[in-house]
Amino acid sequence: MVRKGLIDRRTGLFLVVLFAVIVLIPLGNLLLAPGTAGHVPGYLLPLLGKYLCFALLAVSLDLVWGYAGILSLGHGAFFALGGYAMGMHLMREIGDRGVYANPVLPDFMVFLSYEKLPWYWHGFDMFWFACLMVLFVPGLLAFVFGWFAFRSRVTGVYLSIITQALTYALMLAFYRNEMGLGGNNGLTDFRDVLGFSLSDDSTRIALFVLSGLALAFGIILGRFITGSKFGMVLVGVRDAESRTRFLGYRVEHYKLFVFTVSAMLAGLAGALYVPQVGIINPGEFSPANSIEIVIWVALGGRCTLVGAALGALIVAAAKSWLTANFPEAWLFVLGAAFVLVTIFLPRGVIGLLDGLKPGGRHRHALPQAAPEPAE
Amino acid sequence: MNETQLYLNDVHKSFDGFKAIDGLSLAIARGELRAVVGPNGAGKTTMLDIVTGKTRPDSGRVVWGADTDLTRLDEADCARLGIGRKFQKPTVFETLSVEDNVMLALAGDRGIVAGLRHRRTARQSARIGEVLDIVGLGAERGRLAGALSHGQKQWLEIGMLLAQEPQLLLVDEPAAGMTDHETMRTAELLRTVAGAHSVLVIEHDMDFVRALDCKVTVLNRGSVLAEGSLDHVSANPEVIEVYLGR
Ligand SMILES: Nc1ncnc2c1ncn2[C@@H]1O[C@H](COP(=O)(O)OP(=O)(O)O)[C@@H](O)[C@H]1O
Ligand SMILES: [Mg+2]
Repeated sequence: MVRKGLIDRRTGLFLVVLFAVIVLIPLGNLLLAPGTAGHVPGYLLPLLGKYLCFALLAVSLDLVWGYAGILSLGHGAFFALGGYAMGMHLMREIGDRGVYANPVLPDFMVFLSYEKLPWYWHGFDMFWFACLMVLFVPGLLAFVFGWFAFRSRVTGVYLSIITQALTYALMLAFYRNEMGLGGNNGLTDFRDVLGFSLSDDSTRIALFVLSGLALAFGIILGRFITGSKFGMVLVGVRDAESRTRFLGYRVEHYKLFVFTVSAMLAGLAGALYVPQVGIINPGEFSPANSIEIVIWVALGGRCTLVGAALGALIVAAAKSWLTANFPEAWLFVLGAAFVLVTIFLPRGVIGLLDGLKPGGRHRHALPQAAPEPAE
Repeated sequence: MNETQLYLNDVHKSFDGFKAIDGLSLAIARGELRAVVGPNGAGKTTMLDIVTGKTRPDSGRVVWGADTDLTRLDEADCARLGIGRKFQKPTVFETLSVEDNVMLALAGDRGIVAGLRHRRTARQSARIGEVLDIVGLGAERGRLAGALSHGQKQWLEIGMLLAQEPQLLLVDEPAAGMTDHETMRTAELLRTVAGAHSVLVIEHDMDFVRALDCKVTVLNRGSVLAEGSLDHVSANPEVIEVYLGR
């Protein structure tokens, strides 16, 4: 059952380009000899795959911020948790090939003289279990957190602050060696996934393509949710929360649902990110990371999904280029871009693109001015 | 005697020591049209907050129908029971179309699953058209609600209230921002709606209240000062003093 209007022109265009990219990039690696124009060197694949993971993360934030008005400043936490779940599997898959050759315990545990595997590491030797946890752990955290926050009607700045506190607290916890998750160093030295070496180009291609497909999935799922009546209720909650309540909608259930789904998407993004960058450490929980996601979404265009993805891709690419060439300029450029876009392009880059087309305004678009709380 | 739809008995509510509602008792019969007047700060809006589950009273009983205690319910519960409310300041979903505003208000399942699976039926479209025609917004169907004039937003919110098909309509100062002509049309509309529904209207505009031609309750300092026909209450010296003769 495909709903009419599930894929609008803008989303369709984005998906077509995305599919072209996930076909052409691998072909550029496999078919074109090194040195010829268009050849994609193997080391670029994980970098591009990482951008796609960021794009999915941005889409997940746009789902809650753009449509439901929940400005989460802690979405990096869900991403990191998904990443850790995958990292734990990759650690277990190293097996006895570690420095200490312990068949069960990862190197850092041997080093810290663990006697046996902590209970929460059990099951992660199975790939399917890790995949389940990639969705379950961020989803559960979002559900429990949202349950309390939304029921107590914490909104606006207060909600943003406690999401920020959430990721900060997790960062501090994950830095501790006692957490049994590698402390400071996090999880790294991964070898392979499902028996395929992570340094093989074929594995890199597979991960890149999977990241692209996950992004497409996230966008289509987001379109499905936001294009439904459910999505309209979310927009109602964003624009006039009490109006929605007085119409009989249980606002907290709506928020909880979309927040949990969003956290799971963020977890999925993290799980695909980790095997491509080869490490996950507590730095991923840092508040600054979560704020950067907000910047991606604002830059690309909030409340459009594909705009969020575009924003992440643009910023991530710019970051790679700038940090390589002008490392000290990066933060200034990011800050300036954010300020300029907020002032001159309130609808983000996508708004600029829409503006080029007649009739480019879209349903559910954000109000010109911030909506006032209804009374 | 008619069945009672809503019954408030000796309700109290204070905010930081200020008694906004102070021993308020009121009964609305099923199908009744009732006007509530009173000076600014009399507690009219607070009364609606209490009836719709937004504010919990400190003491007193608020009963729906035969024996449902409204003081334990929240806004969504009260709405689902059949209480619809129009805010004092018009509140519509500005970034949705006029049509979608009414669609969200249409009576029906409010659950998440229903929301995800929902598909607009021909009957719903027709019903939306009907409602919009009643409130005179038939031509604005596809426009963004945020682009409507103040008066049109008032009408849209009234339309949403009708689409909700509640048993009791609580209407807070509907005439604000409307032309005289529109005000009279609103009064007429509310009179048509009453009978099949109970309607409680809060209003300042005396011409409007006269046009409603119904029982009037005068509220002052959180309790009922007088009740009866408009002529009856306007002859009451206390009412003249606190309200009419300002
Ligand atoms: N949530 C609240 N917190 C504090 N004071 C309130 C609150 N709601 C209403 N009041 C006070 O209660 C009084 C009655 O207000 P209200 O019910 O809005 O009056 P009316 O609608 O009759 O003009 C006012 O003095 C108002 O300031
Ligand atoms: Mg009032």
